[in-house]
Amino acid sequence: MDRIQQRILAEVADLHEVPEGAYNIRANGQMAGRSTTANIDIISKTEVSGIDIRIQPGTKHESVHIPVVLSESGMKDLVYNDFYIGEDSDVVIVAGCGIHNCGDQDSQHDGIHRFHVGRNARVKYVEKHYGEGTGEGKRILNPVTEVYMEEGSSMEMEMVQIKGVDSTDRRTKAELAAGAKLVVRERLMTHGTQYAVSDYVVALNGADASADVVSRSVAKDQSYQKFDSRIVGNAACSGHTECDAIIMGDARILAVPQLEANDIDAELIHEAAIGKIAGEQIVKLMTLGLTEEEAEAQIVNGFLK
Amino acid sequence: MLTLENVSFEVQGEKGQKEIIRDINLTIDDHKFVVITGPNGGGKSTLAKLIAGIEKPAAGRIYFGGTDITNLGITERANLGISFAFQQPVRFKGIQVLDLIRLAAKRSLSAADACQYLSEVGLCAKDYINREVNASLSGGELKRIEIATVLARNTKMSVFDEPEAGIDLWSFQNLIQVFERMRKSTDGSILIISHQERILNIADEVVVIADGQITGQGPKEEVLPKLLGTASAVDACAKFYREGDKR
Repeated sequence: MDRIQQRILAEVADLHEVPEGAYNIRANGQMAGRSTTANIDIISKTEVSGIDIRIQPGTKHESVHIPVVLSESGMKDLVYNDFYIGEDSDVVIVAGCGIHNCGDQDSQHDGIHRFHVGRNARVKYVEKHYGEGTGEGKRILNPVTEVYMEEGSSMEMEMVQIKGVDSTDRRTKAELAAGAKLVVRERLMTHGTQYAVSDYVVALNGADASADVVSRSVAKDQSYQKFDSRIVGNAACSGHTECDAIIMGDARILAVPQLEANDIDAELIHEAAIGKIAGEQIVKLMTLGLTEEEAEAQIVNGFLK
Repeated sequence: MLTLENVSFEVQGEKGQKEIIRDINLTIDDHKFVVITGPNGGGKSTLAKLIAGIEKPAAGRIYFGGTDITNLGITERANLGISFAFQQPVRFKGIQVLDLIRLAAKRSLSAADACQYLSEVGLCAKDYINREVNASLSGGELKRIEIATVLARNTKMSVFDEPEAGIDLWSFQNLIQVFERMRKSTDGSILIISHQERILNIADEVVVIADGQITGQGPKEEVLPKLLGTASAVDACAKFYREGDKR
């Protein structure tokens, strides 16, 4: 891998060297490195581009890294990754995609991730998106994530897109069986003329299933964001979704939290707030000696931390 | 030394311009502990904001350490050595107490050093250092964190706007001790806006502001007896403490 690819890898997966445990690194549409462990197998798909990640039942405290790097302008990449997470396992999965586009053609990565989370398994999933480069070509990411959670399983998803992605359309769908628990924490910042759509549909199908889908975002300049989160309660379950956004410059934000209850014991809550940075917050930080710009940057960084 | 020369401030009211501060002249000498008191709506908080640069005077000049700071902004005044503790501290989603104290100190304090400032204001540091400065903190907790940020700055001039507001009676005793310690340890001047007799009691100088003007000024021995003769200066808390002392 070249230095650009290594730097992007550090941005999206906090990887500064070859990770421990299982990994699959994809660079410009090709496999750039792979490692498996006794409990975690990674197999290339034959009919379409992508991999199957198979985690044995009972696998504890292991991690899988599957970062993707695009550094060729004009590259269009579509992959299907399927995760089979065995019963009673407890694992960390780090995905992430970074695009470096210095050319004039659009670069695009569409990752379709399907998670099959076994009974009582616990998964922590981290996905970071990052873009850079000086070219006219756009950096486009359109991830589709499907999560199928069996009884008693839990999954925590951290979705981060802080910088440099021109256009993103994120679709996430989850189905939870009895006692399953899903927590989503999304952090998003858009700037320039960027466009970001984030769409969640979470179905709580079993008793005591629960979901908490929370987005914090900052929209700057002329960027546009849409956050559409729908929680469907089909059983005695609990669901909460929240969108908290800071709007700056000439940006536009549409927040669409939705709840659908199909069971009398479904307890569902949504919250949404959009507002600019409070003037008194800036004044307070200025009394500590920060300039107005520094104060604004601190407030945004803190909000997205 | 901070000097206000013929400072006035006005706001646009329903019936035209309304003067909030009228031609005030005031000097705060170095190393002094000065308390400004007076009835509500008299212009005390406005005066503090004029010193910090949050408001700009309609007329007059403000000098700090010999420099004319009248036209300087909040940031420049802060960097010259003026600190300001808000009467109603601001909340920040996501910013942790440790971040705020580090920003105040303008250096990369260790968590242990930052904890000292929290302990100083009576907060059990380990419980607070990683908390967000958000709505999960009570008014009294926020207030103490606000005071800790001013302690961390350790500047030539520290201005506190009603530090006792929102603090419960039990914490109030500790607050007095914070100011007493600060008075001993700091090289700078301390200016406190307060209604509290106990804070007035530890002042080198008391300034009374009513209706936008200074109506009394001098050592506490001179000003306090006159002041405490007026009903407006004796609020419920002061009464409570005096009665408590007798018991």
